[in-house]
Amino acid sequence: MTLEHTDVERIAHLARLQISGDEIPAYQNSLSAILALVGELKLADVGQVLPMAHPLDVAQRLRPDVVSEADQRDRFLAIAPHSEAGLYLVPKVIE
Amino acid sequence: MEWQAVIGLEIHAQLATRSKIFSGAATAYGAAPNTQACAVDLGLPGVLPVLNGEAVRMAVKFGLAIDAQITPRSVFARKNYFYPDLPKGYQISQYELPIVAHGSMEIELEDGTTKTIGIVRAHLEEDAGKSLHEDFHGLTGIDLNRAGTPLIEIVSGPEMHSAKEAVAYMKKIHALVRYLDICDGNMQEGSFRCDANVSVRPLGQEKLGTRAEIKNLNSFRFIERAINHEIARQIELIEGGGKVVQETRLYDAERDETRSMRSKEEAFDYRYFPDPDLLPVELDDKYIEWVRKSLPELPVAKRQRFIDQYGLTSRDATILTASRELADYFERVAKAPGSDAKLAANWVSGELLGALNREARELDQSPVTATMLGGLIARIVDNTISGKIAKEVFAAMWDGEGDCDAIINARGLKQITDSGSIEALIDGILAKNPQQLADYRAGKDKLFGFFVGQVMKASKGQANPAQLNDLLKKKLDS
Repeated sequence: MTLEHTDVERIAHLARLQISGDEIPAYQNSLSAILALVGELKLADVGQVLPMAHPLDVAQRLRPDVVSEADQRDRFLAIAPHSEAGLYLVPKVIE
Repeated sequence: MEWQAVIGLEIHAQLATRSKIFSGAATAYGAAPNTQACAVDLGLPGVLPVLNGEAVRMAVKFGLAIDAQITPRSVFARKNYFYPDLPKGYQISQYELPIVAHGSMEIELEDGTTKTIGIVRAHLEEDAGKSLHEDFHGLTGIDLNRAGTPLIEIVSGPEMHSAKEAVAYMKKIHALVRYLDICDGNMQEGSFRCDANVSVRPLGQEKLGTRAEIKNLNSFRFIERAINHEIARQIELIEGGGKVVQETRLYDAERDETRSMRSKEEAFDYRYFPDPDLLPVELDDKYIEWVRKSLPELPVAKRQRFIDQYGLTSRDATILTASRELADYFERVAKAPGSDAKLAANWVSGELLGALNREARELDQSPVTATMLGGLIARIVDNTISGKIAKEVFAAMWDGEGDCDAIINARGLKQITDSGSIEALIDGILAKNPQQLADYRAGKDKLFGFFVGQVMKASKGQANPAQLNDLLKKKLDS
C-alpha cells in the first residue's frame, strides 16, 4: 500500500508533528515501506495464536499503596518554558 | 410518532488510594497546584509506571460486588490523544481486556418494580490533570495534581430509557462504591462523575439511533436535567427533518441546555495499543477469594437483614440502607441502651432526614449524633417524655442545647406519669367546663377529644397520653 500526500498530512496532524511540504515525499516512501512490512506480517496465519500483550512472559508486580514521592514542584517548574502561581502555562486550547 | 430514549452511562469513580495508580505521589484533594505531581505523573523521559496494588484490589472488590467476571489476565493499553493536562500524550487505560466484565446492578423504578441494568465492563485507568482557563496572559494554567489518580470507569449497557432510570442507576453505583469504601463519592470535588450516551429511536425499532455523549455530569440533578434536555433536543431535531450527529456535548447548567463541544466524526482515533511499560495483570482464584472475604455487607443483604432483624417495613429498609453511613447511624440509634428499633427507624427516616434536608446538610454534619438520638428514644420508651415532647427536645438538640436528659431537665419537660397529678388536672378541667361535661354525658362522645386537649394543655403537653386517656375515661364514665 502506498500512502498519498494527504495521508501523510493527516498522520502528521494526528501526531501533532509539523513537517514541511518538501519533506512529505520522503515520509510517503518510508511510511509506505513500513506498511508493506506490516502487510507481509498480516499474511502469517495466526488463527491458533493468542494475542500477545507483552513480549515478556511474566506478570505485573504490584506496588504497596504508599506515598513515596516528595514534593519537587519547584525543580519541575524550573525546567518548564512558562509557569506562574505554581501552574505550568501552555497555549490556550479551549474549543 | 412515539419515541424511546436509550441511555448508557460511563461513570468515573476515583479510587480512594493514598498514592497514585502508577506513582508514589499523594492523591489528597485540595493540595497546592503541582505539589503532588512527580516525574512519573509529568511524563518526564525515562520514568516507568509501577501499578498500585490497592487500586487493583479496589477494582476487584467492585467487580465482585456487581457479580461480574474478574478477568484473570487483564492488560493496560495506551489511549492516545493530545491535551495539555495529559502530559504523556496518552492515558494509560484498559481496552480489550478490562479487569472487570459482565456485571449487573438492580435498580428500583418509581412504580415499585425493579430492573436489572447490565454493566458491560469496569476498567482501571489514570485520571488527567486540570486545565485552568482563567486568564494567565492568554495562556492556560495546568495543575497536574490529579494526573495519575486511579479511576475505575464503569460502563453500563445502553439499557436505560429515561433520565429517572439513569439517575436511579447512578445513585445505586454511588451508594455501592461508598459501601465498598473504594471511593469517597464526592461529586463536587469530581471523585464521582459521569458521561451519558443518549440516543432516541422510534418505539419498537431494534436498531439504535445515533448517539450524542454528554460530558462530565457531576450532580444527580444535572444528570436528570441534561438527559431530559438532550432527549427533547434529538426528538425535535429528527421531527424537524434533521439528523443527530455523533458528537460530544457539554451540559450548561445555567442555561439548562447542552451544546456541541467537538464533532466526533473526524474523530478521535485513539490508536489504542498494549502499553509496553506494563505487564499483564494476573489474578488467580486465591487472590480473588482473598478480596471476596473483605467485602462488607452489601446494600441488598443489609436491606433484607433490617427487615428480618428489626421488623422494618420494606420502604423503611430501603430508605435506611441508601447509604452505608445512614445504615450505620440507624443501627447505632437502634442499639443504644433502652432504644427501640422501630422508633429508631421512624425518627431517623422522618425527623433526622427531614432536618438534614431542610438545611441541605450531610449526615456527618448532623448536630444530633446517633448516641443522642438513641438517648432520646430511650426516654420515649421509658415514658419520661411523650413522642410529641420528644420533637421539641430533638429541635433543641439540633440547636445545640445539649443532650436529651439535660434539655428535659432544663426545660422541665419530664412527662407527668403520677396518676394523682393527672387526676387533679382532669378534675380542674371538668370543673371549669360543666356545660361540655353535661353534653358529653348526654351522649356527645366527640367531646372526649376536647377534654383530652384541655388537660394536655393544662399539663403543658407533659401528661402521659395513655394514662391521661385511661384516667379521663374513668372519670367521665363514672
